Amino acid sequence: MKTTENKISENPTKGIKISGAEAVIRCLLAEGVDLIYGYPGGAIMPIYDELYKFQEELQHVLTRHEQGATHAAQGFARTSGKVGVAMATSGPGATNLVTGIADAQIDSTPMVCITGQVGSHLLGSDAFQETDIIGISTPVTKWNCQITKASEIPSVMAKAFYIARSGRPGPVLIDITKDAQFDTFDFSYEKCTGIRSYKPVPEIDPAAIAEAAEAINNAKKPFIIWGQGVILGNAEQEFKDFVEKSGIPAAWTILGLSALPTAHPLNVGMVGMHGNYGPNMLTNECDLLIAIGMRFDDRVTGDLSTYAKQAKVIHFEIDPSEINKNVKADIPVMGSCKDSLATILSLIRKNTHEKWISRFDDFMKIEVEKVIDKDLNPTKEGLTMGEAIMAINKHTKGDAVIVTDVGQHQMVACRYAEFVRSKSNVTSGGLGTMGFALPAALGAKMGAPEREVVAVIGDGGYQMTIQELGTIFQTQTAVKIVVLNNDFLGMVRQWQQLFFEKRYASTEMVNPNFVAIAKGYNLEAKKVDKREDLDAAVAEMIASEKPYFLEICVEKEANVFPMIPTGASVSEIRLN
Amino acid sequence: MKNNNTYTISIYSENNVGLLNRISAIFLKRHINIESFSTSLSEIKNVFRFVIVVELEEEKVKKLIQQIEKQVDVIKAYYHTDEETIFQESALFKVKSSSLFEERHIQNVIKDSHANIVVVTPEFFVIEKTGFREETEKLRKDLAPFGLLQFVRSGRISVTKSKMGISDILNTFKKDN
Repeated sequence: MKTTENKISENPTKGIKISGAEAVIRCLLAEGVDLIYGYPGGAIMPIYDELYKFQEELQHVLTRHEQGATHAAQGFARTSGKVGVAMATSGPGATNLVTGIADAQIDSTPMVCITGQVGSHLLGSDAFQETDIIGISTPVTKWNCQITKASEIPSVMAKAFYIARSGRPGPVLIDITKDAQFDTFDFSYEKCTGIRSYKPVPEIDPAAIAEAAEAINNAKKPFIIWGQGVILGNAEQEFKDFVEKSGIPAAWTILGLSALPTAHPLNVGMVGMHGNYGPNMLTNECDLLIAIGMRFDDRVTGDLSTYAKQAKVIHFEIDPSEINKNVKADIPVMGSCKDSLATILSLIRKNTHEKWISRFDDFMKIEVEKVIDKDLNPTKEGLTMGEAIMAINKHTKGDAVIVTDVGQHQMVACRYAEFVRSKSNVTSGGLGTMGFALPAALGAKMGAPEREVVAVIGDGGYQMTIQELGTIFQTQTAVKIVVLNNDFLGMVRQWQQLFFEKRYASTEMVNPNFVAIAKGYNLEAKKVDKREDLDAAVAEMIASEKPYFLEICVEKEANVFPMIPTGASVSEIRLN
Repeated sequence: MKNNNTYTISIYSENNVGLLNRISAIFLKRHINIESFSTSLSEIKNVFRFVIVVELEEEKVKKLIQQIEKQVDVIKAYYHTDEETIFQESALFKVKSSSLFEERHIQNVIKDSHANIVVVTPEFFVIEKTGFREETEKLRKDLAPFGLLQFVRSGRISVTKSKMGISDILNTFKKDN
């Protein structure tokens, strides 16, 4: 490896004359970035030239497609809690980032994307690889900005990182014209500490806290639904203290998963379309619904006109635009939930709600009998997705980062995967981006190298970003890749079966030899299709210290239950 | 459409390239049509003001305001009913000069409408009228028989009867930082 000629300035705020491209690198280093994902091209070559010089300080991971760079940056952000960074050239490089940016926007993932742009004198001339990425990315970014002068780089980069990570996090895109990368200027860097038009965290209103505490103390059948806000706010401990003192049963949205250990006695499971029976049914029975860092997505609420109408709603939320967006909050509690939960703790009475919690147990007994037992202890010959997840639980001792794609395998993994630590569930929730998991797993492992990272992917989504096997091989990132193969786009097929009279339009797939493909990338690879081989195969995969691919062939036409049909009420959840 | 009302949205923001696109994207994403739109400097140095008129249910306007305020470069957004604001629109009418002299009636139309003649040339003259929509609309209808060479009407501009308090918001930021 080449030694860097340009050592980082001891004091990055000291003025020195450098190029815009070098300034970008120095800004990244000043923000504590040591790892970025990207793909080079014409309009961003000056920055890549600087990356070459700074390769000891700043690792660049070459993904095989720009979309992979964004998902890897997302995976990195989700396990590390830091800002993920992705870089691409202008035109197609930039447009290929859009899916990942949209995913990060809807799932509130802190990410900074840097794109090269044609020279400023060519803007608007339909130059080679010119595209209006600012216009294209506007609706899916928290903020974006085009830089046409080198001297603008430090302040805009500082703003970008501040905006991406503060308040409700999100993606920011910075588009830098090629001339701004070449031009030199007196560099100095100052971190951004505030923007006058932007208030990232609303102030806590003591009256709202008091009102919420009173409602909690008076409730007979209170129910907590928490979301990713608990994880993004680093509020896991405050949340656990709140749940334990109040004794209130708590259920999670898909992105809230892992904030409270799966085995916690007050963790009653998942809400939403494929959530658990009790949490969904009892949403329409509780007298107080306490929403914490969640946004009442339609996949959580089902039909809004019949959603928790009997309950008073407390909404702990950092983003004012989420209040009353979907569900009217009787008591909005604004602020970071880390602060608001810590504040409310002393005001709430220690309580247990044994009788109320036993209702969840009753529903769980029914769910075990009607659904879970069939998933985990099947009598049919074909392997189930649930069995595969249980084998992963067993061999990772329930302490892996589970990265999932989108579809049936995702729902099954989230239903059955066990977690003892936060930041362990990485999935595309809001956008439902197939192809997310493989690159996200790469980033997740790099964001938490000490942890076991298992990607669980369907055969459909896997083939959307399968080329990232190349990146995994090149970087020798020890992710464990499990493809649950049913030769179908399973979730769509399930809907076709249930709602389109089994007209399987374009959902059956003739798949390649996945093991041969993985081996082609020089990865250890195995395929298992028999129950008696599953345990040993998973054990071998987890024991490996290298990246490992395991194809598990599962039942072709299995369905995920429970299920709330689209537009139905949460209490109309079906068990078969 | 149920219970739609006219609301005037006022947005105070930084004057940054791309903000217009960001704000219009919020309307586009929700398939909401903008009835009128204008932007200018505000009473505060370096702060811009958008005035947007929509016809919507109040619940939807509230959510729009929340989404607009969420934008990093937006300082504050409000919505008001017509009763809560003082508002005007401007219109310009370009008419053939010959009709001013040949058609006696046109002079009465201009006089009655309290419009101003801003330019007269041998070929055409331009009338300006500022007022409510009904007033500029009436003048347009009255002038139409004489042959309008061009007609244009501005977006609504509006000030509120109540205080906006933008300076207070900006001062709070200064104090905190």
